[in-house]
Amino acid sequence: MQLYLPIADLPVNVFLVLAMGAAVGFVSGMFGIGGGFLMTPLLIFIGITPAVAVASVASHIAASSFSGALAYWRRRAIDPALASVLLCGGVTGTALGVWTFTQLRALGQLDLMIALSYVVLLTTVGGLMFSEGLRALMRTRRGAVPPRRTHNWIHGLPLKMRFKRSKIYLSVIPVVVVGILIGFIGAIMGIGGGFILVPIMIYLLRVPTSTVIGTSMVLTLVTMLFATMLHAVTNHLVDAVLALILMVGGVTGAQFGARAGQKIRGEQLRLLLGLLILSVGVRFAIELVIQPSDLFTIRELGVSG
Amino acid sequence: MRRTLLTILLVLLLGSVARAERLIVSVSNHRVTVTPNYSGEELVLFGSVEKDATTPADRAAYDLVVTVMGPRADMVTRRKERTFGIWINTDYRQFLQVPSYLALFANRPFEAITSPEIARRQQVGLNNVLLTQRVSGDFADVVPNDAFRSAFIRLRTQRGLYREDPGAVTFLTPTLFRTGIPLPAEVPIGTYEVEIKLFANGAFIGKTETAFEIVKVGFEQFVATTARQNGLIYGLVTAVMALMTGWMASIVFSKD
Repeated sequence: MQLYLPIADLPVNVFLVLAMGAAVGFVSGMFGIGGGFLMTPLLIFIGITPAVAVASVASHIAASSFSGALAYWRRRAIDPALASVLLCGGVTGTALGVWTFTQLRALGQLDLMIALSYVVLLTTVGGLMFSEGLRALMRTRRGAVPPRRTHNWIHGLPLKMRFKRSKIYLSVIPVVVVGILIGFIGAIMGIGGGFILVPIMIYLLRVPTSTVIGTSMVLTLVTMLFATMLHAVTNHLVDAVLALILMVGGVTGAQFGARAGQKIRGEQLRLLLGLLILSVGVRFAIELVIQPSDLFTIRELGVSG
Repeated sequence: MRRTLLTILLVLLLGSVARAERLIVSVSNHRVTVTPNYSGEELVLFGSVEKDATTPADRAAYDLVVTVMGPRADMVTRRKERTFGIWINTDYRQFLQVPSYLALFANRPFEAITSPEIARRQQVGLNNVLLTQRVSGDFADVVPNDAFRSAFIRLRTQRGLYREDPGAVTFLTPTLFRTGIPLPAEVPIGTYEVEIKLFANGAFIGKTETAFEIVKVGFEQFVATTARQNGLIYGLVTAVMALMTGWMASIVFSKD
């Protein structure tokens, strides 16, 4: 069944988009991430312009992270204090990101920036996750005990605050910086940033695993809602019809993904996720390096009359 | 004095010859609506060449060139070059107020219809259509084989937005003709001008114009205009929609 998207200005097959939403939702439910880093490239692949894809995926991630956050809230797995400090940074970062997005679009370098940031971020994060997963897997095979967590330089910073539910005592500076960073790249790349935020919170901020996913979902939810608003107001690029189809597919797929995820062990899950992120990054890298089939591109600067 | 008089006489005479044929045309649908299940359409243009008493008797075969032009827009063509091992946009050229949709149809090859000189003046064929570019502060069209111009036409043609078909116009009788106007799925919204030019024995003898419009209706129109004019409300509604969907999902799936 064909449906005409009012903002993207092209007809798409509803079932194709629903299936894409469900597939990405499955992955996101399985790993506890937003899945934007998969959704945005897929939308670009079916012919939606990168700008519309990035702007519309924001609302899709907001929907799936809201349903996730609600579930974590009931289990008391969200640290409200930590979430609000993260949000201070997240909102600032998102505003900066949307502003940069608009500037880059005017310069004609938006597609390049999206592709470049995908390559850098995904290969780094994916590579780290993959190697970490491998090491963890080997450790369990040998039966060794994981190394004890030690404090690092981040814990020496001033402005310390006690986050009760996470049971940590931490400076607010790194938390706000992480928030800004995630908000910024989220707005530019059309990703929630969960797959970067979760490792940062675990390894750098030493947030316990019990509250990390729920809290990161709150940040994702608010930054993505804010990004949707800003993209809608400044660039008029949010396709609500596209977003709705993606949301419906996404939230449904996520439920099944979450169930499948519980059957797989933690280290294996991280290994798989690392591999997935790495392969998306490598795909973008290949596209940048090999000669494009067409050296020319056209962009319409708006129809008049 | 005598020469000018002669010229005037000649012009008048030619002018009356040019008006010897009348073109009567119509399109099958003057208002194409883009609905949720729109996925491309084809309009039909039909018409006839009406002769009158002043038409020379030897005027038997006519040639027609139909030009369809969509709403005009500014566009930028960018060229990628390899820099530091990766392909990035380096050079660009701006096209000013060029048609977002452009189709040229004729009953036989453009070169066979008229001379290169007249073809250029009457903008017959994609190579002769005026596409104004901003070239270092100046406004001009460039030679047809310019890299940016040909890339522009090639890319628009690939998307089905620019096309030329020298066999699309068919004469049902020596004076009655028809042609199809294919509209792709991602058609630009707006007013389309149709120009029908009549040629005989290689000479341009007259033209007529008509138009049709492509509009989004109902829901599509509503969404598109709201997004453009009330960005804040649109964003809020989308955000609320996202929250509702997430909330619904957590209710539906939390039971089992």
